Amino acid sequence: MIDILHEMLQYEFMRSALAAGLAASVLCGIIGIYVILNRIVFISDGIAHAAFGGIGLGYFLGFDPLGLGIVSALLTALGIGLVSSRSKVSEDTAIGVFMATGMALGILFMSLGPGYARDIFGYLFGNILAVSWRDVQIILLLTLLILVLVVLLYKELLILSFDPLYGEAVGLPVQNLRLLLLVMVAFSVVVMIKIVGIIMVIALLTIPGAIGRQHLKSLPWIMAGSVALGAIFVSAGLVISYLLDVPSGATIILLAAAAFFISTALRR
Amino acid sequence: MKAVSIKEVWVYRNRHPALENICLDLEKGDFLGLIGPNGGGKTTLIQVMLGLLKPSRGDVRILDREPEGARRYIGYLPQKTFFDRSFPVTALEVVLMGRFSKAGLFRRYSLPDREAALRALEAVGLKDRACRQMGSLSGGEQQRVLVARSLVSEPQLLLLDEPTAGVDAAQQTEFYELLSRLNARGMTIVLVSHDISAVSTYVNKIACLNQRLYYHGSRELAAEEIERAYGCPVDVIAHGTPHRVLREHGK
Repeated sequence: MIDILHEMLQYEFMRSALAAGLAASVLCGIIGIYVILNRIVFISDGIAHAAFGGIGLGYFLGFDPLGLGIVSALLTALGIGLVSSRSKVSEDTAIGVFMATGMALGILFMSLGPGYARDIFGYLFGNILAVSWRDVQIILLLTLLILVLVVLLYKELLILSFDPLYGEAVGLPVQNLRLLLLVMVAFSVVVMIKIVGIIMVIALLTIPGAIGRQHLKSLPWIMAGSVALGAIFVSAGLVISYLLDVPSGATIILLAAAAFFISTALRR
Repeated sequence: MKAVSIKEVWVYRNRHPALENICLDLEKGDFLGLIGPNGGGKTTLIQVMLGLLKPSRGDVRILDREPEGARRYIGYLPQKTFFDRSFPVTALEVVLMGRFSKAGLFRRYSLPDREAALRALEAVGLKDRACRQMGSLSGGEQQRVLVARSLVSEPQLLLLDEPTAGVDAAQQTEFYELLSRLNARGMTIVLVSHDISAVSTYVNKIACLNQRLYYHGSRELAAEEIERAYGCPVDVIAHGTPHRVLREHGK
């Protein structure tokens, strides 16, 4: 076993994959529980899908796809937040429209570029082995930024998640805080697209928090537990996919899903 | 300085007036009981006082400020609080939320914030429940935690929208006594309630709201006034002495 791990880590792409995966676990552990508590799972999924528009554009123009993916995820997060609060369009309708538009743009741009099918597959279903060190640096930076924000705004985010109507009545800037949460979700989601792909991002974002919540009672402990679970899923998934030569994204998600079902069964 | 000054306020909902020409002045230290039928606009009026709802016409001043600017001096108990029963939060953490504006953005709750939260829990008789999960408390206990949250900032103006919903009779009396003590220390209180007789024992002013405000400026409210507001005969039950506040009235 040790030999195999040693052999795995000989490869540069494996080391960067593991580094990106562990940083992503920190993100999904901390942001994932807010996504669950604020019931914005569908918004988060919509943001992930809409990011594909930016990724496709970057791919087509030869820019960094991850960078443009972040931009389009951010625009979507703000767009959904503003459309649903300022117009008569309901939030889930807005999400549906943004999500499909982003996907369509992404597919269109990518079909205009080179190597269409293989790369689309990578973004939809994840290709952690294609993570560059530059990607790792971006991921670490985003993780650090989000950690700082959550520490600074811990009590505000708790009021927002628990009772936003009361928050507004006591002068909490609820609207802006909600947009900020969506922005943090956008960052996290784009980072995780690299690892498990657009289609499965939502599972990695929510499963560790959902399991943590079944067994732990206080928010900081749930966050810590979710980070640990995410790290286990990602690293174990990488090892298994390396040994069996199967896709890493799918392996990670199946591990997480299995853990969720077992945890739910144990709770009963 | 008036605690509350509402002048000729109109609120429209879907082109129908929800509040018609409301005028209400409260001095510092007043204790107003606000009664009225369901849908009469009691919650709407509270929302106007908090600046959550902009009136279509009229002027609202709270503690000599715009309502939004006065929020940090207001304690507020919403009519109904919807939250997830399995939300990972303790009673103490919920009460601390009431210290938000005192603590300030980006800041952590300080030791005085925590002490104030424990005192507020003690005042509603739940000090021993401080570290319990909110969802594990009974409905009445949860309501008292939310009352503690509205008190914890030591507000100058306390707005309570149906605070005794789900709280049993013995605790209700205790709760009204607590409000009396706070009022005696100078806190201005607006209490929305269905319970006319209980309210009239403790308040010094009663107003009845059914789109329009039937407001007497004293706590003696004639049965005819209440009937006019409700639009139908109302059975007013007064407590016996020494708490009789409503005049003798025929059936």
